[in-house]
Amino acid sequence: MKPNKCKRELRDPIVKKMATLREIRRRIVSIQNIEQVTDAMRVVAAARLRRAQENINATRPYADKLNTILGHLISQMDTENQALTHPLLETREVKHVCIISVSADRGLCGSFNSNVIRTTTQRMEHYQESGADVTLLCIGRRSQEHFNRRGYDITDAYVNIFRQLEFQTAVDVVHEFEHLYTEKKIDKVEVIYNNFKSAILQTVLVEQLLPLEPEIPEGDELFLDYIYEPGQVELFEMLLGKHLNMQMWKVLLDSNAAEQAARMAAMENATQKAKELIDELILQRNRARQTQITTEISEIVSGAAALEG
Amino acid sequence: MLNRSFHLEIRTPEQSVYEADVTSVSAPGVEGNFQILAGHIPFLTALEVGEIRIRESSDTPQLMATSGGVFEVLRTGVTVLVETAEWASEIDVARAESALERAQAQLTTNAPDLNRPRAEAALARAQNRIKVASNL
Repeated sequence: MKPNKCKRELRDPIVKKMATLREIRRRIVSIQNIEQVTDAMRVVAAARLRRAQENINATRPYADKLNTILGHLISQMDTENQALTHPLLETREVKHVCIISVSADRGLCGSFNSNVIRTTTQRMEHYQESGADVTLLCIGRRSQEHFNRRGYDITDAYVNIFRQLEFQTAVDVVHEFEHLYTEKKIDKVEVIYNNFKSAILQTVLVEQLLPLEPEIPEGDELFLDYIYEPGQVELFEMLLGKHLNMQMWKVLLDSNAAEQAARMAAMENATQKAKELIDELILQRNRARQTQITTEISEIVSGAAALEG
Repeated sequence: MLNRSFHLEIRTPEQSVYEADVTSVSAPGVEGNFQILAGHIPFLTALEVGEIRIRESSDTPQLMATSGGVFEVLRTGVTVLVETAEWASEIDVARAESALERAQAQLTTNAPDLNRPRAEAALARAQNRIKVASNL
């Protein structure tokens, strides 16, 4: 019994050291695991980003042609002195605004979601101060959850759409606010989203969707005139609707690409930080190990010395 | 003269679905179905829900279901902008049928918040997809 007890007393400080050593080792392992996860997420985000960019490029042939035709119609109608009148072009006194807040469905993408949410809150306050009612439409689970939790009145929400983006979603969203606008229940529609500038730069943009402000293109004189079926005006009205769908579709695609880019950057940062942390912990671990060995040796030495004594 | 071909492109917001030289294309215009051959004069029309029929040479035509869009003929070729375009062989008939039933159910319940034009449009789209798929 006695020597045993003695032994334990002697070992006590070492046991403590070993605990910290084990602790450090455990932390290293857990951070290595985190690093693996964040790195895998970075790779996934990079792949999704590439696909998102491809999706943006794939819309270009359609969008360009649509704009050309629309521009041509506008210039034709202008020259014939037909005023451009259309319910979607009508500017009214702003008493009721519809704000569309486009966030992501998931987190872990840096300040992507918080930027959109902050800008949305600012815009809403801005309109409320000027005495306008605000209708909120949320796209993406993050903004929906944020505003829901804070008791905002959300007219409609589209969540979990980014995994498999479909053009139909854009059409549905447009449909939602378009008839409110033509029925004059709202006087302005704004969309707030992250614009995809490049893989390293995304900025929050506030864009006005309605009333539409069509760009009058440069006169394309080489253009031959068409036979129209039905008339120019009807075609113009139909194309405006398509144009609006396209605007919304672009917003969704842009936000999606920006989200993946933001997540990629965030995960790259996290992986980097994890690496730094591991390096530091390895240093600590080696130090602790060395101290432990030193203590053990000195114990053996002093033990031997005591025996010889 | 008979088999002169021209360039045809079909584009949707999601992708360009078709691009080739063809000898004829017919499409569902708002004022009736029409067919375009090579050398047509510039023409711009709106399309309805219906079927696009493409003939590359004299063999059997290729069919495509569309939910409407715009059809442009220029001297250089034809461009079709449609929001949806599906090859007849790729149509998921089961899905189209369930969409059809859903739309019919919505229209018969006549709920106060029913969006009638929208449900009717959905019905027309579903019917068209089934029809085009069965024409294969």
